[in-house]
Amino acid sequence: MDAGLAIFYFFAALAVVSGVMMITRKSAVHAAVYLVLTFVSIAAIYIILGAEFLFAVQVLVYAGGIMVLFLFVIMLVNLEEPRRFSGGRMRLVTSSVVTLLLFGMLARLFGRTAQGAAPLAAAPQAEGNLQLVGALLFTDYLLPFEVVSVLLLVAMIGAIVLGRPRA
Amino acid sequence: MAIPESHLLVLSLALLTIGVVGVLVRRNVIIILMSIELILNAANLNFVAYSTRWHNLTGQIWGVFNITIAAAEVAVGLAIVISLFRNRETVNVDEMNLMKW
Repeated sequence: MDAGLAIFYFFAALAVVSGVMMITRKSAVHAAVYLVLTFVSIAAIYIILGAEFLFAVQVLVYAGGIMVLFLFVIMLVNLEEPRRFSGGRMRLVTSSVVTLLLFGMLARLFGRTAQGAAPLAAAPQAEGNLQLVGALLFTDYLLPFEVVSVLLLVAMIGAIVLGRPRA
Repeated sequence: MAIPESHLLVLSLALLTIGVVGVLVRRNVIIILMSIELILNAANLNFVAYSTRWHNLTGQIWGVFNITIAAAEVAVGLAIVISLFRNRETVNVDEMNLMKW
């Protein structure tokens, strides 16, 4: 096993373990910290896959922006709940079993369809990933790019309107 | 260095499964929103995996769009949480039954 594969398995395990920790913590602040760990592990996997631009966006937007937003809201509405799970033990067990069945079914399907396919390796690129993605964003994907920027503006206005105190 | 394709798919699937369990079982609406972020990240990982697999950057472009939409979603979601907390003094989804009949 070469070093890159070992690094991939390390970050994959870190992402899954901190994801599980995230959904089982009682305190929302602890959950947010574990979520940051998951996001950073996924960002590291982007680097391994040769997607440097997405790595930068992931760290800036998720680990930076979105987590600060979450932590601010947790500070504003911090309530200690006596119980962390909804609907009793039965619901917890049923949800876990059904989702594990979904996991098993899809993993089997993926194992079958991915057989014989070439393993993933980052392509050698003459230019950097950032230049290529930027050029593509401003040529072929210009219209979706602008539409997404309008969506972001609408979400921003909506968040301000919803969060405004009642006059 | 080459990662087997199915291993990345299974990682993405594991993150999706954790997110779905989080949405189904937690009571705190903020942690439910975090689980939704985890699901979006799992989808993004698949986009990047296939982008690398086929040496085509389209998947990474859609990954950027996916992150943008996640940011918009979490901004509106958290604004709703704050508005709800102001009116009902709760972040517990079991008590959010105003539109239920």
